Amino acid sequence: MPTTDAEIQPVAIICNGETRQVEPGTTVAGLLIALGLEPEMMAVELDGRILARQDYESTTLAAGARLELIRFVGGGSDA
Amino acid sequence: MLEIAGRQFRSRLFTGTGKFASAAVMREALNAADSEMVTVALRRIDLGDPADDIMSHLDRQRFFFLPNTSGARDAAEAVRLARLARAAGGTNWLKLEVTPDPRTLLPDPVETLQATVELVKDGFVVLPYINADPILALRLQDAGAAAVMPLGSPIGTNQGILSRFQVAIIIEQARVPVVVDAGLGAPSHAVEAMEMGADAVLVNTAIAVAADPVRMARAFARAVEAGREAYEAGLGGKSSRAAASSPEVGLDFL
Repeated sequence: MPTTDAEIQPVAIICNGETRQVEPGTTVAGLLIALGLEPEMMAVELDGRILARQDYESTTLAAGARLELIRFVGGGSDA
Repeated sequence: MLEIAGRQFRSRLFTGTGKFASAAVMREALNAADSEMVTVALRRIDLGDPADDIMSHLDRQRFFFLPNTSGARDAAEAVRLARLARAAGGTNWLKLEVTPDPRTLLPDPVETLQATVELVKDGFVVLPYINADPILALRLQDAGAAAVMPLGSPIGTNQGILSRFQVAIIIEQARVPVVVDAGLGAPSHAVEAMEMGADAVLVNTAIAVAADPVRMARAFARAVEAGREAYEAGLGGKSSRAAASSPEVGLDFL
């Protein structure tokens, strides 16, 4: 049964350039918790578009999703 | 008081947060610098070390964060970084940097102007990092830049103000604040910029790589204050002829 398979099979996403397997139905908010990240003071880009913080809970990661998780680091002109 | 885009700053020393040996040293150095405006960069989160977060080391009440677009090689990358910075930090202030050549890290004037136009339209307060080009500074001002940030010399070189002649013209012409950025390697360089009438300076490398970054930060803070005080006091003119500062009368007994 294809639908059952889809529920069992992990979903492959690309997060910060690395392939990761997540459970089907994983939301962006869920992934951040699993990674130990606080959503404050960071940005999420999903498939090239910035995702608003209020949409983290409602956005489910599809197979092949490209995520960039970005935050501030030390920097002047040169970092 | 320095005012940029309607916001007032007591300190005219802006400090970068890169290259410090540790977060603890950075925090102490920023306190010693007594800066209000502090620059930060944006990078991918290291998922192997998610707790390593600079913002957890800095008091967001005390410091005003100016995200930069360092690493951007063209206008499109800079705009992307700008929007990520706004999404991450909730600030629409931006130090715009477009440096296509990693060897010189010199800013691309065409891409910088293009990105400024686009970002101003998108509601950003844009402070572009530029070569010390007076015409470009005017063009950016006309495009809505909130300040201009001409370089003294290339980033990280500690060479001081090699662009003195052009920086002087920029200061003379600008209607927006002029922040001399990059290459200021010693407090004397900061004094020079401030004496020339720069509104502020941005220093990172010279503080971060000093043997004692905390004391160097303090030295730069004093230099910026001294230079500004001298500028406001009005420097005496230079002369090619000697002029005695002791009275010339009352020497008849000699």
